[in-house]
Amino acid sequence: MATSLPTTRTGERERPRQRRRTLLHRLDLRGAPYAFITPFFVVFAAFSFYPLVYTAWISLHRVELATMNVMEWVAFDNYTALWQDERFWNALLNTLTLGVLSTVPQLMTALGLAHLLNYRLRGSTFFRVAAITPYATSVGAAALVFTMLFERDFGMINWMLSLVGVDNVDWENNKWAAQTAISTIVIWRWTGYNALLYLAAMQAVPRDRYEAAAIDGASRWQQFVSVTIPGIRSTIVFTIVLSTIGATQLFGEPLIFGQGPMGVTGGADNQYQTLGLLLYEEGWKNYQMGRAATVAWVMFLLLILVFVVQRVVKRLASRRASSVRTS
Amino acid sequence: MSRAHKLLRTRVVATVSAVAALGLVVGCSGGDGDGGTGGGVKDGEVTITMGLFGVMGYKETGLLDQYMKENPNVRIEAEVAGDEQTYYTALQTHLAAGSGLKDIQGIEIGRAKELADTQAAKFTDLSGVKGADHFLPWKLSQVTAKDDKVIGFGTDIGPMAVCYRKDMFEQAGLPTDREEVAELWEGDWSKYVEAGKEFKKGTKNDKVAFMDSASGLFNAMIYGNSEQFYNESGELIYQDNPAVTEAWKLAAEAGGTGLTAKLRQFQPGWDPGLANSTFATAVCPAWMLGHISEKAGPANKGKWDVAKAPKGANWGGSFLGVIDKSPVKEEAKKLVAWLTAPEQQESIFKKLGNFPSSQEALKAPAVTDAKSEYFSDAPIGKIFGEAAQEIPDKQVLGRKDGTIKDIFSQGLTLIESQGKSPDEAWKDTEDRIKKATG
Repeated sequence: MATSLPTTRTGERERPRQRRRTLLHRLDLRGAPYAFITPFFVVFAAFSFYPLVYTAWISLHRVELATMNVMEWVAFDNYTALWQDERFWNALLNTLTLGVLSTVPQLMTALGLAHLLNYRLRGSTFFRVAAITPYATSVGAAALVFTMLFERDFGMINWMLSLVGVDNVDWENNKWAAQTAISTIVIWRWTGYNALLYLAAMQAVPRDRYEAAAIDGASRWQQFVSVTIPGIRSTIVFTIVLSTIGATQLFGEPLIFGQGPMGVTGGADNQYQTLGLLLYEEGWKNYQMGRAATVAWVMFLLLILVFVVQRVVKRLASRRASSVRTS
Repeated sequence: MSRAHKLLRTRVVATVSAVAALGLVVGCSGGDGDGGTGGGVKDGEVTITMGLFGVMGYKETGLLDQYMKENPNVRIEAEVAGDEQTYYTALQTHLAAGSGLKDIQGIEIGRAKELADTQAAKFTDLSGVKGADHFLPWKLSQVTAKDDKVIGFGTDIGPMAVCYRKDMFEQAGLPTDREEVAELWEGDWSKYVEAGKEFKKGTKNDKVAFMDSASGLFNAMIYGNSEQFYNESGELIYQDNPAVTEAWKLAAEAGGTGLTAKLRQFQPGWDPGLANSTFATAVCPAWMLGHISEKAGPANKGKWDVAKAPKGANWGGSFLGVIDKSPVKEEAKKLVAWLTAPEQQESIFKKLGNFPSSQEALKAPAVTDAKSEYFSDAPIGKIFGEAAQEIPDKQVLGRKDGTIKDIFSQGLTLIESQGKSPDEAWKDTEDRIKKATG
């Protein structure tokens, strides 16, 4: 007993040390990755998650910007009021039409542009840089310039139209004219960006596929449709998702296009008020933070809905594709 | 590398990144949060920041430079926003957040009541400042909070006249002499609209409209009354206030019958309208003269003139307030008192036409005898001075005056540019006011 005591003692002394070391080792192995990604999540919690929750909390209250400390609990009144507010449906519809008007031509043009850039041509770097230039321009500058171009009395576009005998178009006050003008700004800014994304994807499509197609006698157009498009399908989906998010949050272009108080309301008749602008109007013109927060949350939920629908559609599509393949 | 070494390194990296992340968060929430206003004292040099809008005249006339010359240890940084709506939105946000404020902030009359009611605590009380008892009594009462705290000093006031183009009047067969022109519409705004119909019949150029915007006429009419959108106890009364309904009717008529150029005042489309002469008249408060002469440019000098308005009214006028948390509060107070002192008000009036709110300045010969070279040597001191006499002594301001004014001009645009009927447009306007105030 007496002799075995020291050994057990040393054993017992050894074991915690070893245990500590293995613990550290395990912490290192398991913990370090968490430590590495902590900064993001700390920032995320502070700047994304907390505001999200706080916004939800505000949306259940009646509160004005000037007196944020005075909050009156109204439960879901803001949400039901928004549901019954025709401005909301108008803004939702405008967001949708503006989204379609800007996204569809934008991605189509980008695809065509990328296809052209993908040819071997002289000065291709110049054209690629030129394509990205609009994207590097700030929303404010771009929107301001376009607003001047689209000005009713002395704008350049109306001047050019007058050369071919078209009467002055009141770009701002006509609903579809206004939406077209705003879409033009969006299209101008984002087409080159998307084109470069497509171009990158296109260059990853194996050359031999084109050669095979060419040997089979496929024309340029046929090659484009049956080789290029399937080859970059995932990039196309990616740009559609990006553009949808962008379109849902459309804000700066219409705000600046309307200039001053009229921009805040999306035109005298709210003819181009998007959800983003409605949020801004409630929050920073009417100073009703509760209602503004409600719009923000509804926008968030809408984006989630779009995402879920997109996933479901994709799953259904792939299931059908696999069932076609197996049958 | 030994394992212990590696372990140490990961631990260091992890700790550093965690601390860095925390630092980032803390750093962001700290910063301006506790009332920094941009100004301060450094090496004996005092920096005062100012937030202004429109053409308040301090930067434009070189008064700020003069102050800095006279006080070598003071540096003033003034930021001027073109559009008041944009300016006020930012100010509201900054007041609510308690950050991003300037030491001195301009206050437009339409926002005075709201700020005095809800934000008085964030402004310094100016009532005790010496040598500042020269203002028109009603001017300071507009920015006096319930506990007699004065949150701003008056800059200018807005007596009104009608600015008109002599050359266009001549073309349309209307008189051009300012006395005769004033007689055309003496005493009644509806006569002004009648004159517009004459003008439309007489003018050969169909690209020229009689007035710039329907909302200009609307504003001119309502501001001639003691009560506009609110009554004294703070209730909304615009729906039943004949001052508002009549102004709406007449402005809607002018807008709906093509007497206006369908422009929006102070929005970019308006300036090319001035430069390219697309309208013949604009109801002009004194402070608008500076804008017109600047935007219409030297090419139109001498073509403009000023005639007495059908009725007197006070349209606009601003204040300068000092933020209570400003680290250079005393210096800022001094600067505000200097900028709004009679001499400076006189000087701004002479250079830009902004009409003084100081009783002393109003009596000064430099003001009463002033003529405007740009506006065909019109005796603007006399015209606006007389108009100022007609301003009602009592002017009831309401909390959302500025917002409601914007909503009304939006409603008039519905008629002018979108072809809505006045009834429909009125209904929309009511709905919007309900949303904005409720």
